[in-house]
Amino acid sequence: MKRHALTTRLWHWLNLVCLAALFMSGLNISNAHPRLYWGHWGFAPEQAWLFLPRFPGWMTVPGHYSLAEARLWHLAFAWPFAFGLLLFMLAALVNGHFRRDLVTRLAEWRWSAIRADVAKHLRLDFAHEETKFNFLQKLAYGLVIFIALPLMIATGLAMGPGMDANWPWLVDLFGGRQSARSFHFLIAWSLFGFLLLHIALVLLSGPVRQLRDMITGGGA
Amino acid sequence: MKRRSLLAGLAAMLAGGCSKLAQSGTGTSLLGAVEGWNRSLHEVLGRRTALAREFSPADISPFFRGNGSTEVAGKAYRVHVASQFVGWRLAVTGLVEYPLTLSLAQLKDLPQRTQITRHDCVEGWSAIGQWTGPQLSTLLDLVRLKPEARYLVFHCADTLDGAPYYESIDLIDALHPQTIIAHALNGQPLPVRNGAPLRLRVERQLGYKQAKYLTGIEAVASLDLIRGGKGGYWEDRSGYQWYAGT
Repeated sequence: MKRHALTTRLWHWLNLVCLAALFMSGLNISNAHPRLYWGHWGFAPEQAWLFLPRFPGWMTVPGHYSLAEARLWHLAFAWPFAFGLLLFMLAALVNGHFRRDLVTRLAEWRWSAIRADVAKHLRLDFAHEETKFNFLQKLAYGLVIFIALPLMIATGLAMGPGMDANWPWLVDLFGGRQSARSFHFLIAWSLFGFLLLHIALVLLSGPVRQLRDMITGGGA
Repeated sequence: MKRRSLLAGLAAMLAGGCSKLAQSGTGTSLLGAVEGWNRSLHEVLGRRTALAREFSPADISPFFRGNGSTEVAGKAYRVHVASQFVGWRLAVTGLVEYPLTLSLAQLKDLPQRTQITRHDCVEGWSAIGQWTGPQLSTLLDLVRLKPEARYLVFHCADTLDGAPYYESIDLIDALHPQTIIAHALNGQPLPVRNGAPLRLRVERQLGYKQAKYLTGIEAVASLDLIRGGKGGYWEDRSGYQWYAGT
């Protein structure tokens, strides 16, 4: 059996491209109104809870400020992102990736076990023969795949006024359209934080092999 | 380091490639097609006829921000402001049986609808306000649309960078109960910055659809021959989506 299933590998790289396009076009959109609010409404500085910097051209798609073009990119890449995630989730359920590798066991949630895992990580000791992922990996991947990425879709939909007329409960779930926008921004940066951590850990744990396995699938 | 440079390269490629791709014919049409998918998705997940949420008076924003044009240039408009728009006319023309020109007083004599709704700007901000005016469907009952009419074009008195502002909607939005020709905001005559004396309210779409300083409504069969052909000022000028429910 391959270390990573073909569906996992395809989704992994598709998702990277989508997240890069969404994140960078999102920063361009953020430049149009660089303030965040809580609740249903907000437009003035005195209502804002966060003032954002202007993101420079090298961080944004397109590389010059254009809200219209950035929206086109953002809404276009939302499609492969959302349906890619859905297909990956279905594949992970069917091929056992979810049950075998991602589900945590009750015993893993014990404080002593978590502490041991954290200590091991801090010693940069990543050996864990018995299961594919250790507890912290399962937690990180689980949070990203089942919480953060779906929340990006939900908060994104909640910002569309056409959607809101049909699904007002979705807006209420986040406490209003401006709250949904704030969450959208916060989770996007959390995902960027995950990306940095993910890259750092790959670099620390045999980057050539890790990268090769995520492309070819790796050996048994 | 390999991974990081790969990522940096990928990001740079994406940024550079995107701009080039967006300028190419296929890139533009592919990106443009997505607007249709988004509209279809909204139609699959719900109905375009659903009512936008209406808020309570306690939710109204203390001040309603004006954006885009916040006044109309020229002496004629200043005279209208000074005379409280007694001479202002709204013409309903195009593919209609009985073209009509209405004064502000005549519009106020029609049955009125008042709604407290959230206004969402494409830039990202929102404001809540109370709008009052006749439903567009009431006007359309008076003028009787011809069967070939498919869109309504809203002509405005304001210009941005030398081009007149305009917008357009389809008949689903035109006949929607919350689509009104507003003459009042929060119980007061519409302020100049918000489009005095008349503005379109088409709830469930972004702010740039809510055309201000209305002078005319024209029923048409196609948007192709109207100005830039894309159905609105921002659509023509910058490529904003005509369907602005996303």
